[in-house]
Amino acid sequence: MSYEPKIIAFCCNWCSYAAADLAGSSRLQYPPNIRIIRVMCSGMVHPEFILEALNKGADGVMIMGCHLGECHYLDGNHITMARLDMIVELLEDFGFESERLSVTWLSSTEPDKFVKAVTEMTERVKKLGPVQGEVQTA
Amino acid sequence: MTLSEVAGISGKAGDFQVTIKEHPRYVDMEKCIACGQCAAECPKKVDSEYDAAAGKRTAIYVKYAQAVPLKYQIDAENCLRFKKAGSCGVCEQVCPAGAINFDDNEKKHDVNVGAIVLAPGFTTFDPARVGVWGYGRYPNVVTSMQFERFLSSSGPTGGQLIRPSDGREITKIAFLQCVGSRDEHKCGNGYCSSVCCMYAIKEAMVAKDKVPDLEASIFMMDMRTHGKGFDRYYQRAQNEVGVRFVRCRVHGVEPQGESGDLRLHYINEQGRQVEESFNMVVLSVGLEIPEHVKVLSDMAGVRLTNNGFAATSDFSPVSTSKPGIFACGVFAGPKGIPQSVVEGSAAAAAVADILAPVRGSLALEKIFPQERNIATEEPKTGIFVCHCGSNIAGVVDVEAVAAYAQTLPGVSHVERNLFSCSQDSQDQMMQTIKDKGLNRVVVAACTPRTHEPLFRETLKSSGLNEYLVEMANIRNQDSWVHASDPAAATTKAKDLVRMAVARVSRQIALQQVSVPINPKGLVIGGGIAGMTAALNMAEQGFEVHLVEKTETLGGIALYLGHTWSGESIQDKTRKLIEQVNQNENISIHKGCEVTGAKGFAGNFTTTIATKDGMTETIDHGVGIVATGARPMRPNEYGYGRIPNVVTALEFDRLFKLKEKHVARAKSFVFIQCVGSREGDRMYCSKVCCTHSVQSAIELKQEDSSRMVYILYRDIRTYGQREALYTKARTLGVIFINYELHGKAQVSEEQKQVNVEVWDHVLHRPLRIKADIVVLASAIIANPDAEKLTRLYKIPLDGDGFFQEAHAKMRPVDFATDGMFVAGLAHYPKPVEESVAQALAASARAVTLLSKTHVSLDGIKAEPDPDHCDGCALCIDVCPFGAITLIDRQPREEGGPVTKYITVNTVQCKGCGICQATCPKRGIIIQGFTMDQISSQIEAALAV
Repeated sequence: MSYEPKIIAFCCNWCSYAAADLAGSSRLQYPPNIRIIRVMCSGMVHPEFILEALNKGADGVMIMGCHLGECHYLDGNHITMARLDMIVELLEDFGFESERLSVTWLSSTEPDKFVKAVTEMTERVKKLGPVQGEVQTA
Repeated sequence: MTLSEVAGISGKAGDFQVTIKEHPRYVDMEKCIACGQCAAECPKKVDSEYDAAAGKRTAIYVKYAQAVPLKYQIDAENCLRFKKAGSCGVCEQVCPAGAINFDDNEKKHDVNVGAIVLAPGFTTFDPARVGVWGYGRYPNVVTSMQFERFLSSSGPTGGQLIRPSDGREITKIAFLQCVGSRDEHKCGNGYCSSVCCMYAIKEAMVAKDKVPDLEASIFMMDMRTHGKGFDRYYQRAQNEVGVRFVRCRVHGVEPQGESGDLRLHYINEQGRQVEESFNMVVLSVGLEIPEHVKVLSDMAGVRLTNNGFAATSDFSPVSTSKPGIFACGVFAGPKGIPQSVVEGSAAAAAVADILAPVRGSLALEKIFPQERNIATEEPKTGIFVCHCGSNIAGVVDVEAVAAYAQTLPGVSHVERNLFSCSQDSQDQMMQTIKDKGLNRVVVAACTPRTHEPLFRETLKSSGLNEYLVEMANIRNQDSWVHASDPAAATTKAKDLVRMAVARVSRQIALQQVSVPINPKGLVIGGGIAGMTAALNMAEQGFEVHLVEKTETLGGIALYLGHTWSGESIQDKTRKLIEQVNQNENISIHKGCEVTGAKGFAGNFTTTIATKDGMTETIDHGVGIVATGARPMRPNEYGYGRIPNVVTALEFDRLFKLKEKHVARAKSFVFIQCVGSREGDRMYCSKVCCTHSVQSAIELKQEDSSRMVYILYRDIRTYGQREALYTKARTLGVIFINYELHGKAQVSEEQKQVNVEVWDHVLHRPLRIKADIVVLASAIIANPDAEKLTRLYKIPLDGDGFFQEAHAKMRPVDFATDGMFVAGLAHYPKPVEESVAQALAASARAVTLLSKTHVSLDGIKAEPDPDHCDGCALCIDVCPFGAITLIDRQPREEGGPVTKYITVNTVQCKGCGICQATCPKRGIIIQGFTMDQISSQIEAALAV
């Protein structure tokens, strides 16, 4: 059997989660590798969760939030963005490739963009292969 | 009531009888689950109205994916079954919910209402009515509505910019403005549609974003980007994105041979005739009132303007000629989304005013049983796996999912439902919760975004806290998107159920936060907007405090002549002042300024002070900011140095008083955009074009031998004001266009004022001997706004005007609950727009004031005393200022005072940014705790 990665996707309730729903209503198809965790805002995703997911066996993590400037909570996604550099550094410190994290901004009416992001991330993670054994105990 | 139309209106304000005709849907709304199987199988394809005939839909359809209610309907005109009895019927066979009903009938409803709001909207001009644009003849000539769909990723081309004739990519596109607008000759619509300039720029920008090398040109007479933020967008399109703007009206489109390209003839800026070809031509079609709306207006007895829009007064912009009937949106004149939203709320305010005595008399309250306390119980979770007909069960092995769910920790009941959302399943679920003593529920079905409220209600009805339910989205995010991989979809469904169980078993009962509302309003600013808002609230029976900085009510309106439609501003303002003075519910605080404020929606305390330092505190539930704006003092064109150069406001006064220099003058030059639309003040002051054109008309009407010139960049007599521009030209007012780099030079030589400017028609410099030069100077923000922004935590935009919560959808709200904005404090605008916004602010404010309490979602941040060390990182990131740093008294005597935080649950909206920022788990979001999210991650990866 080919390698089927598991990807955790944090979707904000207002835009990306709704886009994922609309992808369904529109019967768009995408790889079944992601598991969506609904959060109220992308700014609710604690950096710890990204490390935790990768440590517990996820092969990739996606954060999906509203377009910049359209956050339901004014500037939550800007705060998410501000954390990214730090998160990438953290990932690298722990020996994870930074490509294992992807961030996408999309609106609730862009199911195609959601599908594209998920499909690309699945491809990307498949290329990277499983997280290497030694870091799992880190 | 959808698919319904008004068939008759009789009666009078307070007591109307309305007959409503409800057309058959042929689909049972109660049963339809909007799974779309009917449309997938329907053999009959017709042009989609939503895609403006650029795409197809089936005879059974929903208008668009986000339609509300999301229920299918059959178009009997096209359905095969209705053409030939007994034929087709595929939808009936495939519908898993048995929702199809071919025997559905038209129904009549009679309703008795106190007031009526007419919001029937508009249709776009059909360019096929006039042959010159080749619409309907050349496939690559499309309307802006069609192009909008081409740009959409859910549109007929999947968002690809390809042209209809041959599917080739578009590399060169032209937008023709004013198709069906500002055109008496070809289409009979003399008015400006107000929205097309802005949407054309937007479409060009989106198109350029898709195809970066795209050459996009907009052919226009004037760019009318007069709304808030619009001019900056226009600048960006022109200077940064490279959209080309050509000031020329194009009168026809010709085919360029057989290529599918289209040829345009136009006059360029040098005055030469040019020919250019394009891959596609977009017609920026205007707005019109359709015939059936005119019939409706007749039925309602509502007077229309010559242009077919509802006739309203500038001081009561949503009241029609018939008492008790109100109008809003494009029906009351062409306008964009923000102003339509404003008018919608304004109409609500006007209705609330006349119906105030019966407020709440028809409201029913649902009573729920006493909630069971489950705090000490171990999780006993019930799992309900929905088949959704075959929508889920057709892909996911629901039996396997149910069997697997049984093995999960804490699960004590599992069942499958054909439709978990149906009424009988709901009743059954309630019974099961009670019988089996369940204390958590997982519904594995569709999306919580549509169905969570329903299941929460079911929990409440069975005596469980409503937050103890979790949905596993195994339809929209599983069976529908992995239709060809049932095994993977089943695995994913199990994972999703496991994640939901993990999360809900860590969920505690949460209570909605109930906030008492102090039913008093505070209005800051006693101009037209402030007084209108105060009066509307007061007339609905609420106590209002009106704070005015000066000693007189009226504001800048006291200096203005009349509105664009000719109503006297002075008379109406005086009447308004009188009404405000006489209303017992309004306390007027003249000569007072706001100096302090604290509190939040429902419970503010504001301190006001007089000039001599006397202070007073006011408790109030809501606040409306209507602090107005100021006229700018020009620093160019010789103003202040040459006596005959005056501002528009000064000119009005001189003209009214028949001051001798003005009365005798023979030559007048108006210069537009003085201080507006340039440099740091890149916004349009919105009222000056209309004002100057009106003054020019009056000067000409008084003495037609006077020479009147208007030097302008774009004439922005938007909407029905266009009639004034037409009239001015008929009267012989000379309009001279200038560009920012070619501003007029004003000089004085032996008491003679000379204005030199480049003439855009003659293509040579022009020297005008002027007796009076009138400067249309900018409207600038009130400098006092700065103070209020700090006191109430309400933001200003870059130009110093107040920033609303959302430019389009929440034009009078602040992001801070309970605070609203109206009038020029928000952006320059004419009287009728200020009045509408004031009414809208009042309507929004009264939605709070009319309740004794409001309930807020129970998902809130909560400090954890064991982990918070008062580092205050969360305070900086909270978008709502809901967190405060406080002193924590020492745990034992003599210990140090440390820092700690407290959360105001009224201001907190549960976004969780604080939780994700805290390095020590010192603050948690109930319902989305670190532990809950962590458990979901773990569960997702457990197998």
